[in-house]
Amino acid sequence: MALKSSPVLFGWLTRLSRRNFSTSKALAAKPVAVRDALNQAIDEEMEKDEKVFIMGEEVALYDGAYKVTRGLWKKYGDKRVIDTPITEAGFAGIAVGAAFAGLKPICEFMTFNFSMQAIDHVINSAAKTFYMSAGKVPVPVVFRGPNGAAAGVAAQHSQCFAAWYSHCPGLKVLMPYSSEDAKGLMKAAIRDPDPVVVLENEMLYGVPFPMSDEALSPDFVLPIGKAKIERPGDHITVVCAGKAIDTALEAATTLAGNHGIECEIINLRSIRPLDFQAIARSISKTHHLITVEQGWPQSGIGAEICARVMESSAFFELDAPAWRVTGADVPMPYATTLEAHALPRAQDVVAAATAVLGNKISAASSQ
Amino acid sequence: MATPSSTRSTVGTGSLFALGSASGGAIAGGMCSARQEAVAVGMQTAMRNIDSVITAYRCHGWTYLMGVNMLGVLAELTGRGSGCSRGKGGSMHLYARNFYGGNGIVGAQVPLGVGVAFAHKYRGDGGVCFALYGDGAANQGQLFEVYNMAKLWDLPCVFVCENNGYGMGTSVDRSSASTDYYSRGDYVPGLWVDGMDALATREATRFAIDYCTSGKGPLLMEMETYRYSGHSMSDPGTSYRTREEVQEVRQTRDPITSFKEKIINQELVTPDQLKEIDARIRKEVDEATKLSKTDPEIGVEELSADIYCNNLEDSIRGTHPGAPLKHIQVAVRN
Ligand SMILES: Cc1ncc(C[n+]2csc(CCOP(=O)(O)OP(=O)(O)O)c2C)c(N)n1
Ligand SMILES: [Mg+2]
Repeated sequence: MALKSSPVLFGWLTRLSRRNFSTSKALAAKPVAVRDALNQAIDEEMEKDEKVFIMGEEVALYDGAYKVTRGLWKKYGDKRVIDTPITEAGFAGIAVGAAFAGLKPICEFMTFNFSMQAIDHVINSAAKTFYMSAGKVPVPVVFRGPNGAAAGVAAQHSQCFAAWYSHCPGLKVLMPYSSEDAKGLMKAAIRDPDPVVVLENEMLYGVPFPMSDEALSPDFVLPIGKAKIERPGDHITVVCAGKAIDTALEAATTLAGNHGIECEIINLRSIRPLDFQAIARSISKTHHLITVEQGWPQSGIGAEICARVMESSAFFELDAPAWRVTGADVPMPYATTLEAHALPRAQDVVAAATAVLGNKISAASSQ
Repeated sequence: MATPSSTRSTVGTGSLFALGSASGGAIAGGMCSARQEAVAVGMQTAMRNIDSVITAYRCHGWTYLMGVNMLGVLAELTGRGSGCSRGKGGSMHLYARNFYGGNGIVGAQVPLGVGVAFAHKYRGDGGVCFALYGDGAANQGQLFEVYNMAKLWDLPCVFVCENNGYGMGTSVDRSSASTDYYSRGDYVPGLWVDGMDALATREATRFAIDYCTSGKGPLLMEMETYRYSGHSMSDPGTSYRTREEVQEVRQTRDPITSFKEKIINQELVTPDQLKEIDARIRKEVDEATKLSKTDPEIGVEELSADIYCNNLEDSIRGTHPGAPLKHIQVAVRN
């Protein structure tokens, strides 16, 4: 699917230029699309560990609905790259069962919208079994696929599951943004002994990000549960993950240019476990906080972060209440203009940051 | 088999051609039903005013047949205000009287259809619900759950499997342990129907209505058809089948060509009359297409319209606390 907006490109350019200033290695490095980084990660882990296999709809002969598994069926054959019928509850259950028995399945959902057909196996079978069995039955399964809003596919096909899955103890939930994130987190997910949900984003699949030599090596893996400072800054902490980082980066450039406001953008990478220390550290420097996510506001990721601030000494560091920038609290409409208004835009992040920094909170409606 | 002589079948004839032109037309948007028209058209011709339908995302033709005009369908595909869902639902979510969508989740419409059938029986209105699904959807577990309940409770539901040979890029023999879809309801009796023949689909539907309304419970019909184009706008439809295969179906089984031949040979219509119908419909489609591209979208205030039938929230949260939305009521409540 075609990319809809320039923020994607914009975010990439920002990063590219920053990297060019700091390291010469990255300058030489070839940009790699997120899709290819994921492919690399799966390929390398399949090569390394015979127990790893991938199953899902259209992953083999068709090379994946979004071409993430391109070439893998040719390389590994029917035994390890398996096309399933359209039966999410069934094949997710099979993946979890295979993990019970010691294999390391990667279960692809064509999109996470369809994982709702199988959510019982993700939560009741995968997340809880290690605990219920008092540690006798580990469940090293990976559930992955594109998550969140794409473009022009309306309500049933456009929602973010970060809050849904990160609600559940027993699951680890990752949300890569860049190609480095994608590769490092996917490899970590496959190697991890627990069930891991990897929430990718269709709009980012085709976006090229420069990858360092280190990230290109087969040994590269990122730690689960550690956030990354995507852009350092002194004035306000902006916590986000996945596609929302593009929005935040674009806003940060505007804020720096027009208002002299420097945002510190935290790329969570991992939604569960959540790297609250990184957030708290940043707040103690900036004393201001906003969160940005595409999901709905109620009981969302931003809500969780704000609650943790309230429960900790980070609260005393804040000079103003924190604000959440989220998807609007409506099902996703199909019409182009409405769709654009349903998702957080850079201007919303700018508005939120200036409101929080200007302490204009009371002027806004209380919610 | 009866000859198409009633007024209804004239409507049917027109519809068949109308859907043919519309799906060959220049509208972008999702998954159309090119050359699966004979299923919907034949079925609708046999259906009564009380009967209802639910299907998956290949719903454009059905919406038209169930009473929405061409602009209502086409403007929904372009996401404009004249669309039958005001542009909020889009390509996969069209609705009409007795037509419950338009569903984007493969298989989900089938239990819903059984629910509609349940309501027909509950109310005792004598209606039958047709629940349509693809060969790919035929494998979803929830279908088997509702075959059971439909039979257990003898609900007036007709399960209609539109077998077009593929679920996305996966051919039926790569997805299904048995490709005799008509037999997969086990205790729900099944019929195999040539889905490329509008007369066959009509007669089968008549039979199904008789069967269900006599209290015998559900029935399954497999309609064998074919998808000429790719799965959706982004699938060229060439990596998992040969061009020759598509070509052969076009030449030997095309539902519109064969129906034209049949009615000309029976002297029910002259080639000139058909040309006239064709031209009239083409014009109608062209006009609706043009309108569907110039028609405005609904205003952004409708972003928060009709989320609830009875809204209880003071304000709907927008993208941040400083941008609240108001729930507004657009649809008439009764
Ligand atoms: C639960 C679910 N899983 C996967 C998809 C993605 N998907 C959309 S259509 C489709 C193929 C369906 O094939 P079939 O039922 O044969 O219908 P056809 O498109 O051939 O009419 C798939 C896999 C979906 N929409 N919903
Ligand atoms: Mg099919």
